[in-house]
Amino acid sequence: MSNTTANLVALNTLVRREIVRIMRIWTQTLIPPAITMTLYFVIFGKLIGSKIGPIQGHFSYMQYIVPGLVMMSIITNSYGNISSSFFGAKFSRAVEEMLVSPMPNWVILLGYVTGAVARGLVVGVLVLLIALFFTDLHVMHPLITFASVLLGATIFSLAGFVNAVYAKKFDDIALVPTFILTPLTYLGGVFYSVNMLAEPWQAISRANPILYMVNAFRFGVLGISDVHLGVAFAVMLGFAVGLSALALQLLKRGVGLRS
Amino acid sequence: MSLQSLSSAPALVVDNLRKVYGNGVEALKGISLTVQPGDFFALLGPNGAGKSTLIGILSSLVNSTSGDAKVFGVSVNDDRSAAMRLIGLVPQEINFNQFEKPFDICVNEAGFYGIPRKEAARRAEKYLKELRLWDKAQMQARTLSGGMKRRLMIARAMMNEPKLLILDEPTAGVDIEIRRSMWQFVSAINAAGTTVILTTHYLEEAESLCRNIAIIDHGTIIENTSMKRLLATLDVETFVLDVITIPDELPNLPNVTLRRRDEHTLEAEMARSHDLNSLFAQLSTHGIMVTSMRNKTNRLEELFVRLVEGGRGAGRMSASNKSEIRA
Repeated sequence: MSNTTANLVALNTLVRREIVRIMRIWTQTLIPPAITMTLYFVIFGKLIGSKIGPIQGHFSYMQYIVPGLVMMSIITNSYGNISSSFFGAKFSRAVEEMLVSPMPNWVILLGYVTGAVARGLVVGVLVLLIALFFTDLHVMHPLITFASVLLGATIFSLAGFVNAVYAKKFDDIALVPTFILTPLTYLGGVFYSVNMLAEPWQAISRANPILYMVNAFRFGVLGISDVHLGVAFAVMLGFAVGLSALALQLLKRGVGLRS
Repeated sequence: MSLQSLSSAPALVVDNLRKVYGNGVEALKGISLTVQPGDFFALLGPNGAGKSTLIGILSSLVNSTSGDAKVFGVSVNDDRSAAMRLIGLVPQEINFNQFEKPFDICVNEAGFYGIPRKEAARRAEKYLKELRLWDKAQMQARTLSGGMKRRLMIARAMMNEPKLLILDEPTAGVDIEIRRSMWQFVSAINAAGTTVILTTHYLEEAESLCRNIAIIDHGTIIENTSMKRLLATLDVETFVLDVITIPDELPNLPNVTLRRRDEHTLEAEMARSHDLNSLFAQLSTHGIMVTSMRNKTNRLEELFVRLVEGGRGAGRMSASNKSEIRA
């Protein structure tokens, strides 16, 4: 058997195992984000949003926040999936099953990232379907929509993987979402246009990578964005490449995995 | 590496392997050893001697500081993937996802080695049946008993049908019946051609199963020879004798030291060259009738304690003081 075939079998095994895990604990992986986002739609979109006038011309506040909330659920679930799954494997030492196998590091990384992206996409579709109960949506640029979702989910899967590699206890994988991810998401233009902010807050907001993901996705769905689309994709690609290189380097050095 | 060179190379060559951990502890001090194909090899040593570090390096869980190890001629440093395809590891600690089913654990492990799912399922059934776990194959692994979990790790290690099977204290905390069934399985695997390296604290297991042995202490190999040759160096044995009565004053027998354990039990320490018939005859003349007897300790255990304690007493063991121990 060639190495390529063996690696594909290993990748398929890892992705399959991750998806089985997501489906086995669907009440923890798929239902909570659906409930949380429904509450966002009801409270921010319906109750508060009805008091807010049209945004950027003719979009209702509900229509405006749906792309941001979908992207928010995608990135938080991709991140949460990989950080808990990989750290769980480290904690139970089941990660050794992979480390003593001939699987190259890139297969391990790609397998976990694919599983996390899959969860992000499933949750994103669920949230989008729920959003259709509250407002009309027509995806204007399907390719851009899909590309931004894929990149956003990949970036936060990679970030979650790096977090899990460094984590020594379960608290360590909860710290980043609580103190970094959630604030960045809320300040990333999910609920408002950064053009509404005064300087220097507008300039500071542009240092937030989530801003580019939310706006690229919003452009795909609604055709509007606070940032240039080319810049948004360049930033996302830069993060994806940089985090991939970092994750592979950590695996190569065996940080937190091999002594 | 060609199939021919794979089959002619030693199963394992450890060459001047050294490991210094980040905290400065030198777990391995440049050890070298060779294991021949088809061998059943014991790697013994007290806790903290460096056994698990060595196994960790062989299975790529630990990065060596210097030196190399070759598995059937394939360098763990230079071609990790190819070397790992040849190894099956049964670790000391339980290291599978306890929420998965034994069947899935085995099939997934095979998948990590690039074995297609259909073949993986066939092997999982084969090895789970051989290790008497097939009726538990679809239960969550956390519901298995300790012995079953250990057997599951052996089944999992067999999924890539390794040429070199490394067992790191596989029977720790396992009852005698399950231990025996595990050894029957591993002996059959060895008889079929798989090289086996075993670490264990049950030295009678090592004595009865292994043909060759290395004893490691403080990161150094203090003995590396065949089991027969090592056991032949044991000059004194102690027997426990159950007797009907013991006189108030113990007889003074030539070449035998008698000690009273209780009113019906004696210990007789004697040179291995001394024959048992003469011991019984001498005891009989003093009115001591033996009803049964057994070895006080396992022979390998006696040697092991001497070697390790001797090594500690004399600092690192040299060739000359090794022979003193043997004398």
